[in-house]
Parts: sequence; structure tokens; C-alpha cells
Amino acid sequence: MDIKFTNRGSTLIAAFSGELDHHFAEYVRNKIEREVIKATTRDVIFDLTGLSFMDSSGIGVLVGRYANIRKLGGKAAIICSNGRIRKILEISGVLKLMPVYSELNDALRALSGA
Amino acid sequence: MQPVNEMKLEFLSKSSNEAFARVVAAAFVSQLDPTIEELADVRTAVSEAVTNAIIHGYEDETGTIRMVCRLYERSVEIEISDEGKGIEDIELAMQPLYTSKPEMERSGMGFTVMESFMDRVKVRSKPGEGTTVTLYKTFSSAERPRKKQEK
Ligand SMILES: Nc1ncnc2c1ncn2[C@@H]1O[C@H](COP(=O)(O)OP(=O)(O)OP(=O)(O)O)[C@@H](O)[C@H]1O
Ligand SMILES: [Mg+2]
Repeated sequence: MDIKFTNRGSTLIAAFSGELDHHFAEYVRNKIEREVIKATTRDVIFDLTGLSFMDSSGIGVLVGRYANIRKLGGKAAIICSNGRIRKILEISGVLKLMPVYSELNDALRALSGA
Repeated sequence: MQPVNEMKLEFLSKSSNEAFARVVAAAFVSQLDPTIEELADVRTAVSEAVTNAIIHGYEDETGTIRMVCRLYERSVEIEISDEGKGIEDIELAMQPLYTSKPEMERSGMGFTVMESFMDRVKVRSKPGEGTTVTLYKTFSSAERPRKKQEK
């Protein structure tokens, strides 16, 4: 499990890779949290493209971060092309909180446009 | 019905064993030639049940988790049990979004995920004695287990 951060203006892109489960949830949570509280971050894109596995522990991580991003006045979006992970996002209601896209450019456009 | 193959595994309730358990289950089940999708369904459901045993069953203690996999001609039965805390109200626990640990950022979706990726999920539990979750799935593979594997 790894997570890498890049910035596009005030948008933070958090790119996940590997397998996200309960074992790695806390590690990922702390890493994202540290970036989200920076003054340079407003909106966040969770790029799940590199994830080969995610279970409901990942939902907790995403929903928890989303709550904090909103508190700080930002928006969030997800990039995901894996069918199974998308299904988990859908049944858990995450897609009602954050829009999901297949391409980074679509997510960036949506966040800057809205 | 007699299983065509069976395995039993015991491991400690450590979070590093979540990946171990789902990899072992998938490796064993792959003898039935399931599709990659079906195998991923099994990995996800096993991960949910084992994680629950660690987080909810044993909470802060370390206990033993037992996994039994039984293979039939075209289906699998995976039993995951702990001797932990147990569940008071199983029906409530299985409701989507119900969690007893919202402060730990749990979403209450584990059982719902198991149910959507497997054909059937059976839960037996007694407060103070432990919980057994049984996951059932039949594979679409038209191909029968290859003869050379049936020693
Ligand atoms: N092995 C177990 N031992 C004791 N209680 C359990 C066990 N498995 C599940 N539970 C109870 O059932 C509830 C629902 O489980 P479920 O997996 O659906 O959600 P969760 O684990 O709380 O959250 P999530 O799986 O989304 O992170 C748990 O909150 C817990 O109270
Ligand atoms: Mg769970």
C-alpha cells in the first residue's frame, strides 16, 4: 500500500496504489490528513486507479476524509475504473457524497467548474 | 454432500493477517477454475469477515481466528470463526450502515459487501462465546475441476 500526493493549484491529488484494507487504513488516514490541513489545499481528488483491492475499510477512510474536507470548505471527487471497487462505493452511498470519474481531467474540470 | 477438497487454517487476530487470509482462500478456491471476477469476490468477502473478527470479535485482545474452506464440484463454502465478543442482535448487525464502532470510522457496510459479492452469508453468534460467518458461492465455470487435480 502506498499513497502519493501532487498539487494542481489548490487541488490535492491523492493517488493510492496496492491494497487498501483495515491494516493500512490508519496509515493512509494520517498521511491524507496531514496534507488536507495544509493551507494550500482546498479540494481533494482521491485517485483509486492504482488500487488492486479495497474493502469496506476503504469506505471509512474516504468518508472520514470527506467530512474533514467539507469542514474546511473544500470539495472532493474520486477517480476509479475498477468495477468491484466502484460497486463498493455505490452500495455504501459514497457516490452520493462525491462524484466518481474515470479520468483525472474530468475530475479536475468538475471541481474547478462547480 | 461431500466436499471434493477441504482446508483448515488458524491464525492470530492481527491486522497483517487480513491480506494473508484472503490470499490463502483465493489460492485454495482457484482449484475450481473460477473467473478472475469470482476470485476477487471471494477475496473481498473473506477480507470483510476476517476484519470483523479482528475489530469487533476480539477488539483490543489477540485471539485465534479459524478459517475452513470446503470445495464442492462447482461451489465453495468458507467458514470464518472467532471466539470473541459475539453479536447480540444479528439482524441489526447485518443492516446496511449499522456499525457499533462509528468512532473508528467504520461504515457498517461489511455484511452488505459480503452479501453482494457472495450467493449467501450465514451468521451464527452467541454473546460472550463468539461468531461464525459462513460464505457460500457457486461458480459459473462450465469447466469441471480438472481430473489431474483429483488425486
Ligand atoms: N465477528 C464479530 N464479532 C462481534 N461483532 C461483530 C462481528 N462481525 C460483525 N459484528 C457486528 O456487526 C456490525 C456490522 O458489521 P459490518 O461489517 O457490516 O460493519 P462494520 O464492521 O461496523 O463496518 P465496516 O465493515 O463497514 O468497516 C459491527 O459493527 C459489529 O457490531
Ligand atoms: Mg466490518
